[in-house]
Amino acid sequence: MNTALQTDVLNDVTAFLWAEADMLDNELYEEWLQLWQEDGLYIVPIDPRETDHENTLNYAYDNAKMRQMRVRRLTGGESISTSPEPRTVRMASRFRIVEDDGTTLTVRCAQFLTDFRKENQHQYTANLVYTLRRHETGFRIVRKVVKLINADDVLQTIGYIL
Amino acid sequence: MSTVIPIQSASAAGSAPATPIPYAELVQPDRVHTSLYTNPAIFTEEMDKVFYSNWIWVGHVSEVPEPGSFKSTWIGQQPVVLVRDRKKELHVLLNRCRHRGATVCEHKKGKTASFVCPYHGWGYGLDGSLRGVPHPESYGDTLEKDKLGLVSLRVEEYAGMVFATFKDDLMPLAEWLGPAKKWMDLFMKQAGGYPVKVAGEHRFTFPGNWKIQLENTTDAYHFPLVHKSFLSSLDEQAKKTFDFVDGPGYVEDLGNGHSVMVMIPELIDLEADLDKPIPDRFAELAQALRDEGHDEAKVRRIVRAVGGTGFNLNLYPNVACSMAFFRVLRPVSVNETEIHHAAIVMDGGPAIANQYRLRLHEHFQGPMGFGTPDDGEAWERVQKGARAGEDLWIMVNRGLPGEKPGTDGPRGDVSAETGMRAAYRQWLKSMTA
Repeated sequence: MNTALQTDVLNDVTAFLWAEADMLDNELYEEWLQLWQEDGLYIVPIDPRETDHENTLNYAYDNAKMRQMRVRRLTGGESISTSPEPRTVRMASRFRIVEDDGTTLTVRCAQFLTDFRKENQHQYTANLVYTLRRHETGFRIVRKVVKLINADDVLQTIGYIL
Repeated sequence: MSTVIPIQSASAAGSAPATPIPYAELVQPDRVHTSLYTNPAIFTEEMDKVFYSNWIWVGHVSEVPEPGSFKSTWIGQQPVVLVRDRKKELHVLLNRCRHRGATVCEHKKGKTASFVCPYHGWGYGLDGSLRGVPHPESYGDTLEKDKLGLVSLRVEEYAGMVFATFKDDLMPLAEWLGPAKKWMDLFMKQAGGYPVKVAGEHRFTFPGNWKIQLENTTDAYHFPLVHKSFLSSLDEQAKKTFDFVDGPGYVEDLGNGHSVMVMIPELIDLEADLDKPIPDRFAELAQALRDEGHDEAKVRRIVRAVGGTGFNLNLYPNVACSMAFFRVLRPVSVNETEIHHAAIVMDGGPAIANQYRLRLHEHFQGPMGFGTPDDGEAWERVQKGARAGEDLWIMVNRGLPGEKPGTDGPRGDVSAETGMRAAYRQWLKSMTA
């Protein structure tokens, strides 16, 4: 299939992923959890070139249970590193559908994220790779891999979902 | 191999204050002065007297498994490379060409046949010796190649942990570690009979002094408060395991600044009590291992080891064996510290068991973990609070009244500040040596 010319699909994907970004920046975490396939995986590797995430160390490797617990941690008021909570603004762009078998798509995009908390502002830049499955109401996320360009360097606390 | 170049002392470098710092007044048996976190002159002297005058952790043998394997790291503020040569000997080399001083290695880890300076092409062997210089004719016969190897430090290893020092006359590593050695041996049992292997690390910084993190490794007192959100994410049985502040654990001073905090006494020896019931959170792993065909004895050994040991061992001044990982600190400046949490797996062990270990590490550690960011927040607040008031003290007197002689040194209850007192006593010794 010639994915380069599927502008209608690209529009649908872009709208879906922008909605996801909006949910995360606006802390609409319950809505965000609904975007996922039950067996979906949210992954932030420590090496942006790594492909075997299951057998290597990551910053996050969240199945459904861990995603729910992460949301609870960010919103539960028990974590001193998220109170006051960080504010984030993320810009996702450069969407490209790299594979589409009619059911499942692989999408790559760029994300620039700025966070602010207390007195400090940070910038995190990443390549994102999504696997999305078509669903009656749009898409479900099967896999989201956040490849921070400085993943193998020293980071600061990330008290939100990248 | 070249000889060690003596490090110029801070006072000789002109950075020490006009009047010497009265260290003995700043470190009392039950308290230390806040300026230990904030005074840049103290930090400068610490590099010389603590980091360039002791055995400093540089890595684990598994990080440099083969001839040519290397890892670049730091001792204090100096860049170094840990490398294994063709004869499998370990070397720690200053990361600095002997010609004009450029670093010869800018990769964090890897494998190489030699180190070549990118500036003028001086090439060094894996043992640091100078192999070749482009166009040597201009030096005539004045180039003393055998004296111009990369500066090579003294290296010694115990239980797979590699340490280096600038000091030729420092006591042997084994003597320096003393009673800590038996705890290192116990710690290495968490690979369930396989060799311990470092499998990546989380690195993060916090805007605070390195001693704030040094204190934290044997501080059980903060755990239920700072790590509430982590505890809330555990099942009831695991929650109970981590509820150790009122428990029978203890902290013991092991001498030379080292200390051990035993949080979960039944997990001191991971090869003991193998017939005890398997905790619920590892039941699925046990079944998966049985399904893979491992016999019950092996299943139990791996499952008991997979969550790590029940203690934190602080090795003064820059590394800890902390439950299930190596916890390394790097002082960057008086108010900035880098922390590395190196994950441990079983080298050659069942993939599913190693996946469990990796997921447990990700759950608590690192900048996105459920524990580390809250530690970082607490440490950051200590540094910020240290700016309030000139003449304030850090209290480390908790557990003093009940302290009793232990096997190797004073022993307090599990949330006693015995470990911090041990570290500061050694710190004072270093700074006044």
